Parts: sequence; structure tokens; C-alpha cells
Amino acid sequence: MALRSLATRKTLTLGLNSTRLTQSRALQTFSLPDLPYDYGALEPAISGEIMQLHHQKHHQTYITNYNKALEQLHEAIQKGDFSTVAKLQSAIKFNGGGHINHSIFWQNIAPIREEGGEPPKGSLGWAIDTNFGSLESLIQKINAEGAALQGSGWVWLGLDKELKKLVIETTANQDPLVTKGAHLVPLLGIDVWEHAYYLQYKNVRPDYLKNIWKVINWKYANGVYEKESA
Amino acid sequence: MACHLLLTDFTLPLKSPKLSHSRQQRKGRSNGSRKVSTTVAYYGLKTPPYNLDGLEPYMSKRALEVHWGVRHRGFVEDLNRQLRKSDILYGYTMDELVKTTFNNGNPLPEFNNVAEAWNHDFFWESMQPGGGDMPKLGLLGQIEKDFGSFTNFREKFVETALSLFGSGWVWLVLKRQDKRLAVVKTSNSINPIVWEGIPILNLDMWEHAYYLDYKNDKAKYVSMFMNHLVSWNAATVRLACAEAFVNLGEPKILIA
Repeated sequence: MALRSLATRKTLTLGLNSTRLTQSRALQTFSLPDLPYDYGALEPAISGEIMQLHHQKHHQTYITNYNKALEQLHEAIQKGDFSTVAKLQSAIKFNGGGHINHSIFWQNIAPIREEGGEPPKGSLGWAIDTNFGSLESLIQKINAEGAALQGSGWVWLGLDKELKKLVIETTANQDPLVTKGAHLVPLLGIDVWEHAYYLQYKNVRPDYLKNIWKVINWKYANGVYEKESA
Repeated sequence: MACHLLLTDFTLPLKSPKLSHSRQQRKGRSNGSRKVSTTVAYYGLKTPPYNLDGLEPYMSKRALEVHWGVRHRGFVEDLNRQLRKSDILYGYTMDELVKTTFNNGNPLPEFNNVAEAWNHDFFWESMQPGGGDMPKLGLLGQIEKDFGSFTNFREKFVETALSLFGSGWVWLVLKRQDKRLAVVKTSNSINPIVWEGIPILNLDMWEHAYYLDYKNDKAKYVSMFMNHLVSWNAATVRLACAEAFVNLGEPKILIA
């Protein structure tokens, strides 16, 4: 009985080895998405220097470390090393979250000549008025939440798909919005990590929050809203 | 800890917060009546024990002007503004205020300001012009005892600093219960004194601490701190003070 199970285990491992090769070839690696605009195109709201560092260094680092963590996770699962699997979760949340959040962010902003800053039209504009009274009121609330956030994080305008209403939420570090509620869909996220504004605005985060609305891409947010509330 | 006052440059006049407060009061009352304030703000902004360009080129004058002159100053002023409204918190030392407002993990609104003021005071004094190199004598002995070697300690310190997610601080701390040195990282403004640790050194790992000088190159910032800025003198004094509270060695029993 023991001998048979030993043999079976051996063939199983062999089988796994060959599938491991194919599996690692199929393991998805992520790469840095290109920006649909030049680094300097969002001046003077966000400086070109910040955009370049933010995209080429910070976002790239999240992607690199996310890929690394996923590879390590894959190996650990294969080996049955479950303590490593558990240990890797925070690195996956942090770096994966960083990749998700920044990928959304680049689409949340656009140069003025491509309608960045243009107030939302369509159903999102209407929903904002219903939920918050006016766009100004929404902006004021988001800015207050963003300024009050201690440390690093994001401030979000989200859609609660279950309750069918707009919400303002903050998340710490690189936690994606979904960590605040499984039914939350991010429409608009503003990065309030210091790397997002420090070189230009120094400690004055409120000024950064005031100015970023000049380049917010409401077209994108409206598109997500219409799709998710259909 | 009173120990870190030893390194303050008392020759620099500290702006008396009480005076500036009463000056503000007088400005606001043009009709002649002057209301006497009941609570007085009394935390002042301590200047670092070196000129603002004293840490060049590893930490620029510009960085210190913004980090100390604006951000740290802001914490002290905001704290004083909060204390003006609170009768209960009046009369606390900064250490006591940090621990009380931490409120066992459910921090009160004053915590962030007082903790960051504490952390930054400690940070400026954890650095010196011509810093770096290695600790000597008793401190080196204790580090070798608790980490194996100075190299091990340095590796642990750097690794901890670089593995911090988000904003926070990295500390060399003396653990009271364990009676040993350890490297710990804390998030945002948390300080090891809230769990009765005795800080020996700290390093600010918030992005604002290094972004102006190093952009996103955290590793270079930490390396420059270890090589050229860390004040082992300050650490030695702090450890000596800590030994008044923690028995580190075996007592020397003379055998006749």
C-alpha cells in the first residue's frame, strides 16, 4: 500500500514538474502601460518632472515587484510552502494594488486640450448633482478627505453597484478601492502619496488637490459609470 | 526623554510661544477689550543642533528648510492650536502626551501632531555633520551582542527601511522587557514609546524626507544616512540614559 502510494506520488511530482514548466510559461507578467499623452502635457497642474518619475519609476517599480511576488507565489504554491504563500499576501496587495491604482489614475487625468478639466456631462454629471448637490460640493468633499488622509493613500469617487449610488472613499497605501467594499467600482482616484505632488507643491497637499481638477478626465469616469450602472 | 535635550543648542533663542499667542490676541481686539486666555500653548520648535546646511551634501539645506522649517513647524503650531482648546491635555510632557493621545491604538486627533513633533525632534538629533562611521565601546558591544555584528545590524536596518510599505519610520530601539536592541518599523507617525520601547535612533522614511534630494531612490537615501549622517554620539548618550531604566548587563559581583 505504502509502496504504491510512493510510486503514485513520484509520477504525480513528475507530472507536476512538466506542467510547472508550461504553467510558468503561461504565468502572466505585467508591463508598464504607455501614457496617452506627453509627460509635460498636464502642466502647470502637474509638472512634467513628476509625471515622468511617477510613471517611469514609481509605477514601474510596483509592476516589477508585483511580477516578482507573483512568481514567488507561484513557486510557493507548487512547493506547498503555505507559510510563504501567506507571507507574500501583503507584497501582492501592495504592489498589485499599486499597479491597478496607477493604471486607473493615468486615465483619470488628461491634457486640457483633450478635454481634461471639462465638467462631467451625461449620466455621471446628473448622478453627481443628485448625490452631492453640485460638482463644486463633490470636489470640496473629495479635497477635504484627500487633505485629511494621514500618511500615504488614495481618495476615490466610486460607484456602489449594490446601493446604486456614488460614494467618496479613501484607501491607505496602495489598497484598491474594492478593499473598502466588494461592490465598489472606482470612477476616479486621486493619488495623495507625497511622490504625486511633493516636488511641485511641497507640503501643501491642498493646493495639489485644488489644481488637479483642471486636468481630470471626466469622459473616462463617465464611461465607466455608464458601463457599470447599466 | 529628557536625554535628547542635552544636544539642543540653547544659544539659539527659542521663540516663546506664549508671547506670540498674546501678540495675536492683541491684534484681534481693536475695540480695547482684551480677553485673557485660559490655556497657553507651550511647545516650541526646537532648532536642529547644526546649521540647516550642515548636513550637505547628504541632506540639502533646501530639504531641511522645507522639512524642518515648514513641515515640522506646522506640526508644532497645529499641536499648540489643539492644546489651546483642551483643558485635560494641559501640563503633559511631550512623552506623556504621545502615549496618552495614542490611546492604546485608537488615537485622538492630537496624536498625529505631537507624535510627528516628537519624531522629528528625535530625527534631527539622530543626525550630525560628519556622522556615519561606526559606534564605539559599550554601544558597539551591545549591537554586536544583539545582532551578531555591526554589519548584520546595518543590513537589518537598511532592509527594514526599504521594506516599509507607505509612510513611516524605522527605529533602533531598546526593548525594555527583552532587554535588548532591535530594529523596528512603524507606520505613519507611530512611535515605539507607546509600547514602552526606548528609542535610540530613527530615520524618517516618509517620501517628503528624501524626495527633494533623492527623488524615488530610497536605497541611496538610507545608504547616505548610514554612511554620513547617523549620529552614533547621540545614540550612545541615549543608550546610557536608557540604562537607568533597563538593566542590560549582568551585575558585576566581585569575588574576593
